[in-house]
Amino acid sequence: MTATTTPTLRARDYLSDIKPIWCPGCGHFGVLSALTKALAYLERPKEDIAVISGIGCSSRLPAYLDCYGFHGLHGRALPLATGLKVARPDLTVIVAGGDGDGFSIGGNHFLHACRRNIDLCYIVMDNAVYGMTKGQASPTTPPDWTRSPLTPNGPGIPVFRPAAIALAAGASFIARGFSGDPHGLSELVARAILHPGFAFVHVLSPCRTFRPDDQSDWKQGVHPFTDRARSDAEAVPALRVDDDGMGIGVLHEADPTAHSGPKDTPADTDRAAAIDRIEAELEV
Amino acid sequence: MTARTSDHSQPITVAISGSGGSGALTAGSILLAAAQRCGRYGLMMRAAGPQVRGGESVAILRIGPTPVTNIGDRVDLLAALDWRNIERFVDELPLDSDSLILFDPDSGPVPDPIAASGAEQSGVRFANEAKAQPEGRANMVAVGVVGSAIGLSLTALSDAANEILANKSVETVRATQACITAGYPKPALAAETVPTRSAKRRWRLSGNAAAGLGALRAGVDFVAAYPITPASEMLEWLAPRLEHTGGNLVQAEDELAAVSMLVGASFGGVPTLTATSGPGLSLMTEGIGLAVASETPIVVVDVARGGPSTGLPTKSEQADLDQALYGLHGDAPHLVLAPLDVGDCAFTTEWASRLAERLQTAAIVLSDQALGQTRAVIDPPAAAPPVPGRKRVDQDRAEQSPGTAGTAGTAEERPAKTAFARYRQSADGISPMSIPGEAGLTYTADGLAHDERGTPSSNAAHHRAQLAKLADKLNGHDYGDAWARRDCGDDYTHRNGSRPISLVTWGSSWGAVQEAAMRLREQGVAVQTIALRLLAPLQHEAMRRALADSGVLVVEINASGQLFRYLHAERVLPSAARSFARPGPLPLRPAEVLDSVRQLFGPPELERTEAAAISDAGSSRRLGGQA
Ligand SMILES: Cc1ncc(C[n+]2csc(CCOP(=O)(O)OP(=O)(O)O)c2C)c(N)n1
Ligand code: SF4
Ligand SMILES: [Mg+2]
Repeated sequence: MTATTTPTLRARDYLSDIKPIWCPGCGHFGVLSALTKALAYLERPKEDIAVISGIGCSSRLPAYLDCYGFHGLHGRALPLATGLKVARPDLTVIVAGGDGDGFSIGGNHFLHACRRNIDLCYIVMDNAVYGMTKGQASPTTPPDWTRSPLTPNGPGIPVFRPAAIALAAGASFIARGFSGDPHGLSELVARAILHPGFAFVHVLSPCRTFRPDDQSDWKQGVHPFTDRARSDAEAVPALRVDDDGMGIGVLHEADPTAHSGPKDTPADTDRAAAIDRIEAELEV
Repeated sequence: MTARTSDHSQPITVAISGSGGSGALTAGSILLAAAQRCGRYGLMMRAAGPQVRGGESVAILRIGPTPVTNIGDRVDLLAALDWRNIERFVDELPLDSDSLILFDPDSGPVPDPIAASGAEQSGVRFANEAKAQPEGRANMVAVGVVGSAIGLSLTALSDAANEILANKSVETVRATQACITAGYPKPALAAETVPTRSAKRRWRLSGNAAAGLGALRAGVDFVAAYPITPASEMLEWLAPRLEHTGGNLVQAEDELAAVSMLVGASFGGVPTLTATSGPGLSLMTEGIGLAVASETPIVVVDVARGGPSTGLPTKSEQADLDQALYGLHGDAPHLVLAPLDVGDCAFTTEWASRLAERLQTAAIVLSDQALGQTRAVIDPPAAAPPVPGRKRVDQDRAEQSPGTAGTAGTAEERPAKTAFARYRQSADGISPMSIPGEAGLTYTADGLAHDERGTPSSNAAHHRAQLAKLADKLNGHDYGDAWARRDCGDDYTHRNGSRPISLVTWGSSWGAVQEAAMRLREQGVAVQTIALRLLAPLQHEAMRRALADSGVLVVEINASGQLFRYLHAERVLPSAARSFARPGPLPLRPAEVLDSVRQLFGPPELERTEAAAISDAGSSRRLGGQA
């Protein structure tokens, strides 16, 4: 609505004046930077963007943007964003959070957001640890990781596989990016925002403080994902068997209109008249 | 019996019972619809066995010439279509020697637990009569018999049947009409037929529908919920109607999601509401706290069932008050309201939504199964008192200093960073709110303790300021008279030095309490009723003034006297106040309240003295206070 009067914004114009509390070297800085780049590229007015998060280091992101934001409850960012998007379809709604927030406490919402296919862009900054609560195992932590005093023998359970699970739950857009590659990541985020359905961006975003040893080699480990997952039939084996969790790119993209969420019935134009008619039903 | 049922100046209670598939509830619905057509008032409760669908059930209706507020003390007339599993309903069917049982002798004699009431018995061959009509059904014969017994005209019954069976086949409707007519004159009950007065505007709806209507009246445009008995009907009532008013309803994956969806939609500027019951309320509490802390308005209607845990899903209790008042962690002031009757579900839900919007907070509305699933014929409920809408920034611009905010900017001078103080302190504690889409007013809402901009802060001064603001805005609001329904009768005065009696109650207990008060007044007792609609914030001063110098009895349906404890803790009750609290699920009956008054205050005819006030006998709980 303000497109004609708003000057072209640079990526840094999307940043607020609040200084991140993240540790130096935290992967989440790269995600913030990639997101601002994507928003500038898409030329979205700041006031038409809402960034919704849960709780965690990663979930602190909204306040660092000069957009509307909601830093809500641990695990509940997706439903909060769903309510906002359904009530205000005119907005660009972006959801941001961590692996604990999205895959553990919020895991059920993740499945249903994939199914519901509402037009949200969901960015999960996966550091395979609970950063904010100081280093416990998350759903993506390897079973033999013994650094947490809470699970001294390792979590001992197989890792959660976000991309495969999103696919099985019906997500129509799945991408993986690396926070150490903000440029590539910003392209993925821009594509996810443009995707007119639920778009999941799984970001490998190292925790410098609690996973210093195991995640420093991510830069070497990531590699382009061979983009051959065009249809569901091909995507399933690709994501379940071949995916080593380090392939970056768009992993899956399907026609979002195939199931585009609940249909809108046109409302009566006059709200008061509609209520009068409803009340009249109650008489004899 | 003839005299009793044909006396239309008094309310009458009738019950229709039958095993699965017998159609007892359909028969009840037709009778209620016919009563509406005859210009009467009434309500219908239902009780059912444990089956998920079908199974034995009983419809209990109380019909009267003036508004019917409760189900009464006893059943005047029971029409039993058969006797299978009837013993399940003995508690729900208080018959006595003045009652009449119409039963089908072909299904056997009146079983002992029912016969023990001493009620008069009369055989009517419902099934046999129905057999005479092709596709005839015994329940429709009973509609004719009972309808004639309580003076509903045949035309009204027949029109009501057409309405209730609108979706059935032509043959079914034809058979129904034949059965109703066949049942109507027999046995020859000298009941007078009341002419249909359809001109009079009167509504028939359930409390759940009324609450839904209140939401629409308040402008609620977004509902998210997870199904749960006995709240689902409210959601099912709302879903198609929201489509007409331009709103949305999302069936969420659980209550954790539902409440968060409300917060999101409300952040977007849209009034929101959800409905649930105890287990769902438990799951929602963290989200309700977020609404409070982030100052995002939401409404949660709890259609309470018996508890704890999964409890009694299909039956009523007023046992969620403690949770509604105290269930949120931290100091989280919020609104708690309770509708007082079926029609008041509309008024209170509308008011709750308007208050939540104005005060930027969460409102919990404590309805219950006894209100939600009761269908009633009532006068159209009043609209809630006007409350100014959500305080938005533009209305407040004059006193606003949103930092460097502003949209204007040329390509050369880029817009500066926004520093909108979303949670700015203000005289009434209510901060102007922007909504997404408004340029220059961006902010991040937060459930963490925060400063005026919403930026997380663990600074002690910020925390204190935030807590004070949350409390002040609720306590400073003028709620007017709607906080309670107070009825003093015509003559609420001191007599010869004795003090009048105050019956204090809340929610669905109001109906039986007000009828008890009416009967006490007929006996010459000075009594007032105060039914709290706004439970939090409590109107301490108004309450103390209203109760001044009276003997107080607090009446509620839960085991531990939750309202009584609350009012005592808030120091609004005189120390000698007494409690009548018993668990559900049976509906409160006026006679129980009368018994309790007699025990606690002495025979009502007697002048009450301090010393005679307390009796130790009886079943009511006394949780505090000394004589
Ligand atoms: C209901 C609830 N349970 C637990 C917590 C504590 N908590 C805060 S953040 C967090 C984990 C965050 O991990 P993740 O989402 O991976 O984010 P990261 O800090 O790693 O970026 C937990 C368990 C909470 N805030 N709320
Ligand atoms: S603890 Fe880890 S995730 Fe949190 S800010 Fe520090 S580096 Fe980042
Ligand atoms: Mg993490």
